[in-house]
Amino acid sequence: MHRTRVRIVEDALDANNTIARANREDFDRASVRVVNLMSAPGAGKTTLLEAALGDLGAVRAGVLEGDVQGSLDADRIAHLHIPVVQLNTGSGFGGECHLDANMVRSALPALALSELDLLIVENVGNLVCPAEFRIGEDARVMISSVTEGEDKPLKYPLMFRACELVVINKIDLLPHLDFDLDLFRHHLDAVHPGVPTMLVSARTGEGVEEFRAWLREVAAREAVPV
Amino acid sequence: MHELSIATAIVDTATRHAEGRQVDVLAVRVGALRQVSVDSLRFYIGIVAREGVCEAARLELSEVPLRLRCRDCGREWEPGEPEFRCPHCRPGSVEVAAGEELEIDYIEVQEEAACIAPG
Repeated sequence: MHRTRVRIVEDALDANNTIARANREDFDRASVRVVNLMSAPGAGKTTLLEAALGDLGAVRAGVLEGDVQGSLDADRIAHLHIPVVQLNTGSGFGGECHLDANMVRSALPALALSELDLLIVENVGNLVCPAEFRIGEDARVMISSVTEGEDKPLKYPLMFRACELVVINKIDLLPHLDFDLDLFRHHLDAVHPGVPTMLVSARTGEGVEEFRAWLREVAAREAVPV
Repeated sequence: MHELSIATAIVDTATRHAEGRQVDVLAVRVGALRQVSVDSLRFYIGIVAREGVCEAARLELSEVPLRLRCRDCGREWEPGEPEFRCPHCRPGSVEVAAGEELEIDYIEVQEEAACIAPG
């Protein structure tokens, strides 16, 4: 008996990335652009979608709701008469803290992709894990709300670097908080120089049209090979 | 919490490459930028490896510090803070030279001694 070293040098998430590419091919075939929406719990993902999705013009949007448990968020989106599919991650080891490519793949049969232009995947609320797992999306956006404090980009650099847009939500609360918007932007610029931001209040509607315009722009993008 | 998913992926990959042989050493590189808890990863790998070829493997987890490179001046450095700007020619555009790894580097497996045919 002797020992042999086998060189592997393979990314631990290769299997996930392979499934993400398969998802992406399905989305491309159906001409659907996909947005991966990420944030901490309670940052306002569902509230922003409720505010934005009712009025996307010609863009036919659908939503895939990722939650550890329950269908509270999907029920809220369904009121908008938008196709919505609930994906629960709770069947695993206490419930997965993120969506991965395979979970999204398992939900695809429930979605009529041919009737959509844009699919928004609302990830599980979490500032660490979702950033690790590609799902076959075209764009990754995160919401950071002003109640979370200015230091979050420095604490969760992976998440803030993984997105192409940062929506700063709950700005209606700014007069009541010590939140320093300039300091937040300074921290964000340190971890992800040049990333665009949007100031939004999903509650009052301020800035929501800008977010809608971004969604329309993503829906109109050409497929880019992954 | 995503360490469980990552541990499962690591053990699956090592098991596939082991092709039925017992794994003695499992070497994994974890970059500082990945926000993976090494202790937690070690704990979960121990659980998911049970009753498989990796069950008795010694886990060698090496942590790779974050290392940045400036695309403009070519300098490389290890930042103390998560600041992705060149300290020399800011706001030079910066790329990650190291620290994004999350990879199975190698495994060491037990081979049956080759049968030497009698002369």
